[in-house]
Amino acid sequence: MRNELCTSLYAKASPVAAVSSLLLQQMKCSRAAGAQELSQELPLSGVKLRQRQPMDYFTQQLINGLVLGSIYGLIAIGYTMVYGIVGMINFAHGDIFMIGGFIALITFLILISIGVTAVPLILLVVLLVAMAITALYGWTVERIAYRPLRHSFRLAPMLSAIGMSFVLTNYSQVAQGARVKPIPPLITGGYTLHESADGFVIQLSNIQILVVITTIVLLLIFNRLVLRTRLGRDMRACEQDQTMAALLGVNVDRTISMTFVIGAALAAVAGLMYLLYYGQVDFNMGFVAGIKAFTAAVLGGIGSLPGAVLGGLAIGLIETFWSAYFSVEYKDVAAFSILIIVLIFMPTGLLGRPEVEKV
Amino acid sequence: MKSLKLIGLAFGASVALSTAAFAQDITIAVAGPMTGTESAFGRQMKNGADLAVADINAAGGVNGKKLALNAEDDACDPKQARSVAEKIAGAKIPFVAGHFCSSSSIPASEAYADGNVLQITPASTNPLFTERKLWNVARVCGRDDQQGLIAAQFIAKNYKGKNIAILNDKTTYGKGLADETKKALNKAGITEKLYESYNKGDKDFNAIVSRLKKENVDLVYVGGYHQEAGLILRQMRDQGLKTVLMSGDALADKEYASITGPAGEGTLFTFGPDPRNKPSAKKIVEAFKAKGIDPEGYTLYTYAALQVWTQAVKKAGTTDPKKVMETIKAGKWDTVLGPIEYDAKGDIKQIDYVVYKWDAKGNYAELGAKGS
Repeated sequence: MRNELCTSLYAKASPVAAVSSLLLQQMKCSRAAGAQELSQELPLSGVKLRQRQPMDYFTQQLINGLVLGSIYGLIAIGYTMVYGIVGMINFAHGDIFMIGGFIALITFLILISIGVTAVPLILLVVLLVAMAITALYGWTVERIAYRPLRHSFRLAPMLSAIGMSFVLTNYSQVAQGARVKPIPPLITGGYTLHESADGFVIQLSNIQILVVITTIVLLLIFNRLVLRTRLGRDMRACEQDQTMAALLGVNVDRTISMTFVIGAALAAVAGLMYLLYYGQVDFNMGFVAGIKAFTAAVLGGIGSLPGAVLGGLAIGLIETFWSAYFSVEYKDVAAFSILIIVLIFMPTGLLGRPEVEKV
Repeated sequence: MKSLKLIGLAFGASVALSTAAFAQDITIAVAGPMTGTESAFGRQMKNGADLAVADINAAGGVNGKKLALNAEDDACDPKQARSVAEKIAGAKIPFVAGHFCSSSSIPASEAYADGNVLQITPASTNPLFTERKLWNVARVCGRDDQQGLIAAQFIAKNYKGKNIAILNDKTTYGKGLADETKKALNKAGITEKLYESYNKGDKDFNAIVSRLKKENVDLVYVGGYHQEAGLILRQMRDQGLKTVLMSGDALADKEYASITGPAGEGTLFTFGPDPRNKPSAKKIVEAFKAKGIDPEGYTLYTYAALQVWTQAVKKAGTTDPKKVMETIKAGKWDTVLGPIEYDAKGDIKQIDYVVYKWDAKGNYAELGAKGS
């Protein structure tokens, strides 16, 4: 059973599937097979307990919410960074995230087709390539769409950002087609944390662990970058007063460019995690993800890096627990209602600083 | 001046004569997307209609007259379909086999109703096509809501006493399908454990999946498209659920397998049976193959539409669309798809859906065909 499941992989479905089957053969299917054996032992229909272990159910939903929140947080970091420095909402960030996902997918396919099969190596190369190329996109967008408008009226760069978002969406639709681009599971396996007497298992998969760890590590790295490095000091100087910073020898244009480059590289990481976790990308995915991440950044206090992750986690958890205990249909209503309530009582978000500090 | 009048008269007479000669043939039409993104289906319809006309004429025509075929292009565009319909009605053509897209067939059918044209669609499955009490519409294919019935029968038979959940994506197609299935299931005495809807475009279904796990669901019926269904399945397997996923014809897409990977094995969905495998089609499939045409997709459905009309015209003894339609609805017709009978709305009484199953290699096959 186990061998069958691991080796009898489809090879004809699509080129993507064909190359990844190569990979999958080298991976252990212990979790999938384990789960199958488990459910075979239990005559599912025989279990008459209506309410399963409430704690176990809660824990499983907590895991779901934390992972979903981490994905939102990961995208939100990029939003909040650009806002913190330039004071502009980069509406194209969601689409940069989508571009990152596509580049990760393309790099992944190229690596497989030239015969690279070691998963950690693939992940590392895909990560670096996606970050580099997406950063280039971020730099280009800033250079052609935002910099010429920097001293224009306040709304101009924002409108330009919305325009850029349309350009990127349609560009990938034309270049990559409108269909969803899937990859089969690349990182499989996981752990069964606990199994209750009536057969409810709490499952934690490796990819979920990877998503959460990546979010925490990136948050720590970039928080340190902003607070402790020279570039970070320049960024904070530009945030406070661009003219004064320029007078004191800070290259404002370069610093702002670097902010966009870093924001785009972060979006690429988010895109890769998204691709690995959900197994698909499409040209339109930047829109919804962008809106959710923007909401997360606002909820956490826009401009604050830990706030972005905190906001992401909050939205992920609200959506998940609302779906878990009430109705799936109204999860967005719940998330946005709580956003409104928080903003009424804390206008700067959970970790935001008062507006007076901004000039 | 006089000679000019004479010439005019002669010309007029010759035109009248030639149209009279033309009227010896009965002109019928096939309308579908001959150009555009769906043009492959338009070609199938044209192929089917061409061979049907040739076969009918070779067998002596209809009521002593030969058939002539007009092919019209709607490009699967509702507006163009409407103008094609006006054109066909204006030419006093009594019968059209078409259109392909439901979104074309529905607006066109109103123009046909006003212009006294009988319309049989080989491919449009949206229930609305026959639900508007128009006198002139019929189809040779199934309806979307019949899928729900077939799915419910299958579930009631194979999952009796097990836990069932139903999800839908709030679209016309998805919710319609889920609701029809739910209705038929409840009628069969099965109450679902969970009925929930999600948004088309959602990626994260972990919260729903955990609920399915809590409710110990054995089969989840998804009224929706393959992208979301694929993700639901993937996330179910990631959380260690062995729940079977069942859905409608939207899952008949190879992309489903590339989303799920080998985990998609065992997924069920309802879809029309391949007409090429029907015993009634054997001879005609060979005739197509002899011409170098693979009668795939809707080729044979179009052939059948022409068969139904021709037989009804023979029986009614007239091409008058209203009388022919009455005859069609009252009779039983022998077609390449097998015997077809109609209800008062113009839907076929035979239910043209079967259950398919995905295998681990990313292919699907009719359930029961291999004895499973």
